[in-house]
Amino acid sequence: MATKILTEHVAVPGIETFDVYRKQGGYTAVEKALKTLSPEAVVEEVKKAGVRGRGGAGFPMGMKWSFLAKPEGVPRYLVCNADESEPGTFKDHYLMKNLPHLLIEGMIVSSFALGANKSFIYVRGELMYVIHILEKAIAEAKAAGFLGKNILGSGYDLELVVQPGGGAYICGEETALLESLEGKRGNPRNKPPFPAVKGLYQSPTVVNNVESIATTPWIINNGGDAYAAIGIGRSTGTKLISASGHIRKPGVYEIDLGVSVEDFIYADEWCGGIRPGHKLKAVVAGGSSVPILPADKILTTAAGEKRLMTYESLSDGGFQTGTMLGSGGFIVFDETACIVRNTWNFARFYHHESCGQCSPCREGTGWMEKVLHRIEYGHGHQQDLDLLVDVAKKIEGNTICPLGDAAAWPVASAIRHFRDEFQWHIDRPHEATQPGAVYKGDMAASADRLV
Amino acid sequence: MEDIKPQLFKVTVDGIEVEVEPGTTILQAARKIGPDVAPPAMCYYQPLKGSGGKCRACLVRVAAGSAKDPRPMPKLVASCITPVQDGMVVENESSPQVLEARKGVVEFLLINHPLDCPVCDQAGECDLQNFAFDHGAAQTRYEEDRRTFEKQDLGPYVQLHMTRCILCYRCVYTADQITNKRVHGVLGRGDAAEIGTYIEQAIDNDFSGNVIDVCPVGALTDKTYRFKNRVWFTKPVDAHRDCPTCSGKVTLWYRGEEVIRVTARKNEWNEVTEFICNTCRFETKKTSDWTIDGPTQVARGSVITANKYRADLEKPSFGQRLAAAQYKPIDDKRDTSQLSIQQLPPERFAKAE
Amino acid sequence: MTTETNNTIQFTPERLAKANEIIARYPEGKQKSALLPLLHLLQEQEGWTPAEGMDYVAELLNIEPIEVYEVATFYTMYHVKPVGKHVIEYCRTGPCCLMGGEEVFAHLKQRLGIEAGQTTVDGQFTIKEVECLAACGMGPVFQVREKYHMHLTNERVDEIIDELSK
Repeated sequence: MATKILTEHVAVPGIETFDVYRKQGGYTAVEKALKTLSPEAVVEEVKKAGVRGRGGAGFPMGMKWSFLAKPEGVPRYLVCNADESEPGTFKDHYLMKNLPHLLIEGMIVSSFALGANKSFIYVRGELMYVIHILEKAIAEAKAAGFLGKNILGSGYDLELVVQPGGGAYICGEETALLESLEGKRGNPRNKPPFPAVKGLYQSPTVVNNVESIATTPWIINNGGDAYAAIGIGRSTGTKLISASGHIRKPGVYEIDLGVSVEDFIYADEWCGGIRPGHKLKAVVAGGSSVPILPADKILTTAAGEKRLMTYESLSDGGFQTGTMLGSGGFIVFDETACIVRNTWNFARFYHHESCGQCSPCREGTGWMEKVLHRIEYGHGHQQDLDLLVDVAKKIEGNTICPLGDAAAWPVASAIRHFRDEFQWHIDRPHEATQPGAVYKGDMAASADRLV
Repeated sequence: MEDIKPQLFKVTVDGIEVEVEPGTTILQAARKIGPDVAPPAMCYYQPLKGSGGKCRACLVRVAAGSAKDPRPMPKLVASCITPVQDGMVVENESSPQVLEARKGVVEFLLINHPLDCPVCDQAGECDLQNFAFDHGAAQTRYEEDRRTFEKQDLGPYVQLHMTRCILCYRCVYTADQITNKRVHGVLGRGDAAEIGTYIEQAIDNDFSGNVIDVCPVGALTDKTYRFKNRVWFTKPVDAHRDCPTCSGKVTLWYRGEEVIRVTARKNEWNEVTEFICNTCRFETKKTSDWTIDGPTQVARGSVITANKYRADLEKPSFGQRLAAAQYKPIDDKRDTSQLSIQQLPPERFAKAE
Repeated sequence: MTTETNNTIQFTPERLAKANEIIARYPEGKQKSALLPLLHLLQEQEGWTPAEGMDYVAELLNIEPIEVYEVATFYTMYHVKPVGKHVIEYCRTGPCCLMGGEEVFAHLKQRLGIEAGQTTVDGQFTIKEVECLAACGMGPVFQVREKYHMHLTNERVDEIIDELSK
């Protein structure tokens, strides 16, 4: 099970240049789409493929495209969300750095489908070197006649602009991204109206993740049905998983949706198992914002079945026993990792990245961080865990954008599954604050595995 | 002339039905019914375009999205920015979930608030005070240090107390929409965000004083009124004058014979609809400068209203309770089905044992 | 575009040409979109974003200076205070910490004798703590201006510092 839709040619030397990419069959999707297909037909193929938003939300991309309002005389925009900032996720960085032309090809096909004549790639500012790679690739594509006026004689015009961000996780939220692209603070907008109706410059806009857009050339070349044949159920196609943490082989892997979590962690093809001499303790499966799961719960569902790398299987059991596929940021913890410290770390991240617009997130993220910091450094109180759960509950769902949820879930799930570890920090602060001290309780011990 | 009536939407808020025009927000629909069912608003300010959605004080539960699609909305929604649909059923204070969320919002707004009401000029006409009184818990669970900021001078008229700010952005919208040039804004982000000018400078233009009136808390107060009095000892009187720059319609706040403060007039939702200029506000404080219109209709949120903070202490008398318990609807066998009278369930009238 | 200005800080002719090229990318009337790229350009030239430079950018885009200040203070990449010649921005987020980031960055701070947020007395180095740099599999990571340094160890940190000090 190893279809390579995105990364087939990643190892080809010089693949970041136009000539090499073209030799490997690049830009054929542009030719096919612009010369033989109508925009509606492209949308139809993407719908058939059932590809779901790879940025984290998992919303069907074809459906999102079909929501785009098309009033006469108003420009429409496609914006590629390359503000990858979710801790644990680095697949878009990898994809753009190694395969800039794949993204550009996808942007041309997608822009054509949506009728956009000016499209933006919003890249996080820290990746300035990737921006230079993309700008160079765009110049090459333009010189070859794949961008600009009257592309391949089809009468279709497209201009691509690479926009640097300024350093803000929140700009990964689509309306914050649009605000930022308009030269403003990255404050998410109130919805409705949704970007499909009023997005960039108050015009209808689609915002898609890098990986989602990069799937479109393959879908056009091979057909939506072929794409939908890969994967299981509504989790079609392949997914890039960014694997990090205590594994032998961290990196970006393209998997068919449907690989079992156990295989993904232990097979040599992917993570290659936990680093030698250590045991699996917990996994964050989809980027820091999704609930953390202990070893037993990530490997099997509550019903005792093997958990698979699909949207459905990972979320099986809701938040009680499940998690989410999210953006595919797969962070593995072995028994040397302190869950309390890690939870505090993530809480600090969300505190730092909250835009400060709405009160539950602005105040709540800081509060959670401070309480977790106190527990980690041996000053926790007995009532702190209930307090954290309650604060998380009051943030969740009550904010303008999903950052509030993203901040609440890791805290609530860590306490749900590792309460005894938190309790140990509160009960035995002197032990817990020793350098390198990690809770050695019996938590989920039966499911721990030696590699 | 013939009136073309737009088709009205029927909306139910806390069991009370109201008809509003399409495009109305839930909050405006609730306000149309009356103050008892109107959700609180800390950042929304009807005269300011684009305001709202930030403080989350006005969260409500939508029990039925519309007549066509009567499913409830999955999350609580900010009523100030959510447009109504025909047949929408909204739960405001009748939903325990809403009350719980609001309690949370009060707590969040207060954890970093200095609670210096005893020395705050806004005390008594503070939206946050009212909101906390109506929806908050008596105690805080927050024991960390409260956030503080470097002091900033905004010039001779406006006093900034950043620690009290709840980042409603109203003053930013005011500067954008009422004045011709904005020099202050929100700097920084997250809980370190603050109102400021970046390079210390005075906010200097004819309408800058309006930021004081729109501020829901004591973050922006009138320097010429600073520590002069408590609002509940003052007497508001509506007055006007012929002003070349603004409408000249103001409220004068008297202490005895002396005008100690001038503000714009506020409506029953504590909102200013006619903004006034700095000359009227700061420089014209003699009764002889004004034509008095009469006593001010005191805003609902003001402590000057009788027994504002005593409502809960007043228990119904024994007689009233007895009468309520013994009440029975008249059963005269008439057909009431056409009268759209909502029949109350009989257990409501059961005698208390 | 504005050509006359009283600002003490101005773009060099090459950068001004670049700035005008950036401004021309956006639809008519939407020039404010160029704000973030122009601030990057300013920082590239000045090393940080001084207020005079931001006023200049506001002038180029025909917006109020406060709109620039608001944006510059929102995003973490813009240094609104002077920084050293080399700005080392290290990732303090979870995955890098799992890979031993805390020890490596403690070493970095010890080596330079400063804490995060400080600049060495010779003005050579500034250390800044940043959140996830999207290189979690290659952690620990830090960034010096545009360059990513990955798979850091104490020895590797020393090498890089030596290299930069030359």
